[in-house]
Amino acid sequence: MWGIIRQKVGTGGISAPSMQRIRPAVSAWRSYSSSGKEMTVRDALNSALDEEMSADPKVYVMGEEVGEYQGAYKITKGLLDKYGPERVVDTPITEAGFAGIGVGSAYYGLRPVIEFMTFNFSMQAIDHIINSAAKSNYMSAGQINVPIVFRGPNGAAAGVGAQHSQCYAAWYASCPGLKVLAPYSSEDARGLLKAAIRDPDPVVFLENELLYGESFPVSAEVLDSSFCLPIGKAKIERAGKDVTITAFSKMVGYALKVINLRSIRPLDRATINASVRKTNRLVTVEEGFAQHGVGAEICTSVIEDSFGYLDAPVERISGADVPTPYAANLERMAFPQVEDIVRAAQRACFRSVPMAAAA
Amino acid sequence: MSLIHRSSSLLKPLAAGPASLLRRPFSSATDDDATKITVETSVPFTGHRIDPPPRTIDTTPKELMTFFVDMARMRRMEIAADSLYKSKLIRGFCHLYDGQEAVAVGMEAAITRKDCIITAYRDHCIFLGRGGTLLEAFAELMGRKAGCSKGKGGSMHFYKKNGGFYGGHGIVGAQVPLGCGLAFAQKYSKEDHVTFALYGDGAANQGQLFEALNMAALWDLPAILVCENNHYGMGTAEWRAAKSPAYYKRGDYVPGLKVDGMDVFAVKQACKFAKEHVLKNGPIILEMDTYRYHGHSMSDPGSTYRTRDEISGVRQERDPIERIRKLILSHDIATEKELKDIEKEVRKEVDEAISQAKESPMPEPSELFTNVYVKDHGVE
Repeated sequence: MWGIIRQKVGTGGISAPSMQRIRPAVSAWRSYSSSGKEMTVRDALNSALDEEMSADPKVYVMGEEVGEYQGAYKITKGLLDKYGPERVVDTPITEAGFAGIGVGSAYYGLRPVIEFMTFNFSMQAIDHIINSAAKSNYMSAGQINVPIVFRGPNGAAAGVGAQHSQCYAAWYASCPGLKVLAPYSSEDARGLLKAAIRDPDPVVFLENELLYGESFPVSAEVLDSSFCLPIGKAKIERAGKDVTITAFSKMVGYALKVINLRSIRPLDRATINASVRKTNRLVTVEEGFAQHGVGAEICTSVIEDSFGYLDAPVERISGADVPTPYAANLERMAFPQVEDIVRAAQRACFRSVPMAAAA
Repeated sequence: MSLIHRSSSLLKPLAAGPASLLRRPFSSATDDDATKITVETSVPFTGHRIDPPPRTIDTTPKELMTFFVDMARMRRMEIAADSLYKSKLIRGFCHLYDGQEAVAVGMEAAITRKDCIITAYRDHCIFLGRGGTLLEAFAELMGRKAGCSKGKGGSMHFYKKNGGFYGGHGIVGAQVPLGCGLAFAQKYSKEDHVTFALYGDGAANQGQLFEALNMAALWDLPAILVCENNHYGMGTAEWRAAKSPAYYKRGDYVPGLKVDGMDVFAVKQACKFAKEHVLKNGPIILEMDTYRYHGHSMSDPGSTYRTRDEISGVRQERDPIERIRKLILSHDIATEKELKDIEKEVRKEVDEAISQAKESPMPEPSELFTNVYVKDHGVE
């Protein structure tokens, strides 16, 4: 009824060295594909990079282990052999330095794709992302645009501890001048990465390590090299009628009837509000911390645009307000699980008294 | 080079008075361009892991006069900005360059507009050197439409992309990796051009500088790191901030040159040498020994951490404009009165630019939301 799928916690998986993985409910989606073709998110990203590098000689890739190592997560596999070391550039472990070099080359007109091994390391380079990239077009009144993409895994992996598990969507999405994308499926990965590389503005592209090995059906249209998704449009994976659930990245797989945000900045307020005006209830889901998070932003934008349509307070499901613990049981508690989303949807649907009165 | 582009009364052929000075044959030569004058830099260059260039340089009367006018114009612009700031027509931060003009002018004389320059926030004179106009500079400082960034950038964010000038940056040290990125792009594009990334003695200790320098050296990027050492990082003297203030040596495996930054010929020679070097060998560091007469910014009197005697001493012994004036006079290229008249013309030019800038309106309110992205979506 709420479009939530009960999921089993399984072990194994191709890429993650973890003992515990949550599998998104891919099986129910197979009926979408007419071509019968499937593609992993990893291959989707790799093929998108390959095609865009082939189409535009100004596109190049830079980051740690992107070349000879074939990519820390193998996203850039094969690109060095195909395009050579001038276009697939291995860097020393110096994020501030190579992010700055990337932005400077974008000032000159190149189209760099800078990989952060995880976005946790992007904090060392965040000054260049915000002050050197995001603000330049504005400060120069249009003289200097910055067609750069910063990509890499974001959010929790499994068992990697506090310093390697944070979600940066809210951090980057609060900054005007940036575009922030968060793909879920292989179609998302291909279409959004191509759009990001072609975009004349700086784009922060938040992937998810645990999704890299997941397969999704892809149509012939998606496989075409001209395929591109619009930035700023969410996808209604399947419309529900009782409650609107928004999610992005890995969390999309936890709910069947969900709005896959795809774009955190700009946020597709129109799609979210149109849905809330039909269901009258909203649950936002994210891995990141609640305070100042993406859910808080969605909640406020719905209050601003559709307050009269809400029949229940907005529920936000987020990561626990703690640095990520290592112990498997604690880690599981630190991130939203399907049960949490179910409970939130129940509260939104059956609540007859406001939360404050129940306390 | 730069004279041609100035909308300056100095160039109007029929203007009476000092404007025609620069076109009249000077007393000592029949052809300004062909006469060779040999000058020596004030001090020899000191090299780190490199044989320095010679200290004798050839110049012409025309070049000497150009240097004089260009530096005088920059000096006058900065002094005028000081007054505008005190009259509250310029707001926020304003970092003045007077004293350091020889670096901007000498560098420009050694390179082309296809070479790139990027610097920090003490950027007004570099902007001028790259082809920016006085009007664009003053209008930007006053936050008006006619400013080079349409009033949206301010003092620290001047740009002139078509002149090879990439800003104007407020975060200390950030411009160095950015500059190495420009050099990366030049090499990627297989161009024979170079990038000069300027930074101060304060920024010289930034970690990101060493990160970028390492990559520039690994990849043989045509990057010239220029430390404008004016000996004070805001209020902190170099010996209090750097264990080793020999900034030209701080590149370790990267060669360096120490240059008298108050001597425009030394600067020109060093930049010419550096450009040839990096196109073949990868990065080099130039340390320009220079001095700023003003404090760090307009809110700094500049006297709590250095003595007035020091400031006036430098002005007397090493002022870059005075050095050129002496050279011009000693070679009979122009008379003292002629030079004073030129300075009066420059002052007039600056004053005219200021009145024009004052007439430029502030940006339209709708400009608040433009240029956030290349294609702005609708205002919400």
